[in-house]
Amino acid sequence: MDANVEQFPPYRKADTHDHGHDDHGHEHFDPGFWAKYIFSTDHKVIGIQYGVTALSFLMFGLMLMMMMRWQIAHPSQPVPLIGWLLEKIFGQPAAGGIISPDLYNSFGAMHGTIMVFLGIVPLAFAAFGNYVVPLMIGAPDMAFPRVNMASYQAYFLGGLVMVVSFFIPGGAAQAGWTSYSPLATSIPTHGQLFWILGMILLITSSLLGAVNFIATIIQLRAPGMTWMRMPFFVWAQFVTAFLLLLAFPPLEAAAVMQLMDNVAHTSFFLPTGLAISGKIANVAGGGSPLLWQHLFWFLGHPEVYVLILPAMGIVCEIIACNTRKPIWGYKSLVYAVLAIGFLSMIVWAHHMYMTGMGTVISTFFQATTMIISIPSVIILTCLFISLWGGSIRINTPMLFALAFLPMFGIGGLTGLPLGFNVSDVHLHDTYYVIAHFHYVVAPGTIFGLFAGVYYWYPKMTGRKMNEFWGSVHFWCSLLFMNLVFMPMFSQGMAGMLRRMADGGANYSAEVNSRAGGDVIGGLSPFIMSLHTPILWGVVCLGLAQIPFVINFFWSIGHGEKVNDNPWQATTLEWQTPTPPPHGNFDHPPEIHRGPYEYSVPGHSSDYTPQNEPEVSTPANPKIPTTAH
Amino acid sequence: MEIPYTVEARPDTGLYNAKVGIWLFLASEVMLFGGLFSAFVLLRVGAEPGTWPHGWQNVTLGTINTVVLALSAITTLMAWVACKVREFGKFKFFHACTLLLALTFLCVKMVEYHEHLNHYEIKLKDGQIADGDMVENNKDADHVVIKGRYVKSEMELYDLRAQKDIPESEITIPRAQIDDMQSYGPWHNNYLALYFTLTGLHALHILGGSIVIGYLWGPGRKLWKKDPERFTNRVEVSGLFWHFVDLVWIFLFPVLYLT
Repeated sequence: MDANVEQFPPYRKADTHDHGHDDHGHEHFDPGFWAKYIFSTDHKVIGIQYGVTALSFLMFGLMLMMMMRWQIAHPSQPVPLIGWLLEKIFGQPAAGGIISPDLYNSFGAMHGTIMVFLGIVPLAFAAFGNYVVPLMIGAPDMAFPRVNMASYQAYFLGGLVMVVSFFIPGGAAQAGWTSYSPLATSIPTHGQLFWILGMILLITSSLLGAVNFIATIIQLRAPGMTWMRMPFFVWAQFVTAFLLLLAFPPLEAAAVMQLMDNVAHTSFFLPTGLAISGKIANVAGGGSPLLWQHLFWFLGHPEVYVLILPAMGIVCEIIACNTRKPIWGYKSLVYAVLAIGFLSMIVWAHHMYMTGMGTVISTFFQATTMIISIPSVIILTCLFISLWGGSIRINTPMLFALAFLPMFGIGGLTGLPLGFNVSDVHLHDTYYVIAHFHYVVAPGTIFGLFAGVYYWYPKMTGRKMNEFWGSVHFWCSLLFMNLVFMPMFSQGMAGMLRRMADGGANYSAEVNSRAGGDVIGGLSPFIMSLHTPILWGVVCLGLAQIPFVINFFWSIGHGEKVNDNPWQATTLEWQTPTPPPHGNFDHPPEIHRGPYEYSVPGHSSDYTPQNEPEVSTPANPKIPTTAH
Repeated sequence: MEIPYTVEARPDTGLYNAKVGIWLFLASEVMLFGGLFSAFVLLRVGAEPGTWPHGWQNVTLGTINTVVLALSAITTLMAWVACKVREFGKFKFFHACTLLLALTFLCVKMVEYHEHLNHYEIKLKDGQIADGDMVENNKDADHVVIKGRYVKSEMELYDLRAQKDIPESEITIPRAQIDDMQSYGPWHNNYLALYFTLTGLHALHILGGSIVIGYLWGPGRKLWKKDPERFTNRVEVSGLFWHFVDLVWIFLFPVLYLT
């Protein structure tokens, strides 16, 4: 043990000695500031880099949405407090502090892009995966540390390109996060070009990450860590990595083709007779807008599971630990997550019922969509049943994990009417869809991710985050999330379309009645008035994140100091020093048991770490006790 | 703790890390080219009858390039075998061949691109179409000269398989008569768009592979003295990538040239 510690002593500043670096630079593992924090190849540092960057992007995406909700609730009125700033930054599109429809479209497209590709995937997959997976499987690092660093750098550059696109003339991409062609190609701004280039960088990043994760999980499991002894979180990351590996490239192909449409004037997605602004466009034609949608959703739907699976994995770990009993149906969970992985590749066209692709194809995708709900329900059921008869400890991670279950449940169940192509005809592209997928991703996935931040924070820093402010963060977030998204179900069922800069005011009953007798009906005053509580909800939701941000940074130096295993958990990441040194383990771990051996009868403690050797128990008396 | 299995194989998988990594990467590449090929299928099937080009490629040059890549696959394999039997001189020879062959491929590709980009379809104001290689296209001159032919309708230009020995002559066209003039670049139609995108992406892969092999052949060879087994693994992994790139061409050639 000491030999290993000697090999990787804790980082030491060179200036503690008077003489220069040259004398002892080779003796210590002292990579210096840049190599340690910026160009690090250590999976833990890269995980934290990913985590902090992704959390910042999540906040940025939320702010965009706060401004959009103001515009929806109060069309053509200047944004309070920051209106002048918007005008200063964006100029004409935000003249007088009023968000113009063009700017609204930019914010909408970038909100989706940032939340999905720059916020949640990097946080759920790359940050937690990087930090936790090698520790959980007993590996010293990822299989390809330098590829890992390149992955973060590509992600960072991609994010930079996306952010820069706000400031170019014409502004950022405006065609929604889905970037449907020919719309995306017709809007006269280079924002779309930046979007494509940013996406290619992000796809490269996730490709490098996915290869690295799978190779690590296949190759670097410690002795004794068999497949069925892996914590469920590792399984979830494993399947997620495969989805990223195989589903993203077709979008990259589509992005290359859209790039060609933009710069080489091809017409992959531009049909014959395309008219832009009332004029026949000068394009070769013969292209297919449907082709873009197929390629986009071939990524787009597996992407949904990329968002949700890591969160499920996190919730599973936290529930097992805080119910102090083995997770119910570990094998069912594993097979269900594998089934989801396969099925998620053949459900994509349920986003395209309204394209006229044909009823036979719609029926096929409707069937697969219904089938994929089965493994999802299995996972949720296993997690619910795990609570049964547990001795539940309530702490901040557990609060978020518990809230994940019903919130994801609402999101999942409201998806069924969208999966049936008949009911989708009415609900397609309405606020119902917005409410549905936000329930899956916002109070679903993001709650899972918050749970993970609170849960693994002590491992990263040696201190717990403050429990009181944690629960303030939780209860406020839960309340306001529901205040924001629940009314959208009603709005959507009443027929309010998404992506409208005026929040549907032009389709309201009030405007219609003024227009004369030719338009009947419209969105009722009540449905329109729901915009106001949603606006207040989103503002409060933003404010509710302040305790989290302060808690996050304050606890680094002032949180309650804890030992290496503050939650008394069984998995390997808690059996290392805190924070884990370069190389992770003091001595190579050996794994002797499954991941969730809580409250095993006959054991002295109510948890048995995975690396604890077999000892003599009343049920197993013949094995001699080994000193350890 | 060192990262295990960087050089030697893990007993239960029988693979070292980089080999797992490259196979996963290639799986992803299959999906990338798969996406483009499926675009080909969809656009080909959706094209108006009679408007999909046939016989627009120089099959001779395509065949030469196919042979060049097939040979480079052999030399790549031989380079790895040479490393396995620890004969570094042979490795240097075979991978020098690979690099030359890759360069040949790219040069031939550039000749082909040039042929397409220099070929013009010129719509005249009287409804006729002149089609042929550009001979003289001086911006200041009031005429252009092409070596080609006149056709009555665009439909005659699509299927060139049936047209043997197309008569070609030098045609001088006054600019005043030109309604629209377009070269056979990716903007010309979907077939050429697919051709340029697919072969362009493939050529980028050839270029990337050449850089990696060039690195191993040049500055990367220092590793041979320190750790020949690890160096051999690198040659194997880059070879796997190279074989994949060759294989893509084996699909591209019939799809784009022979149909």
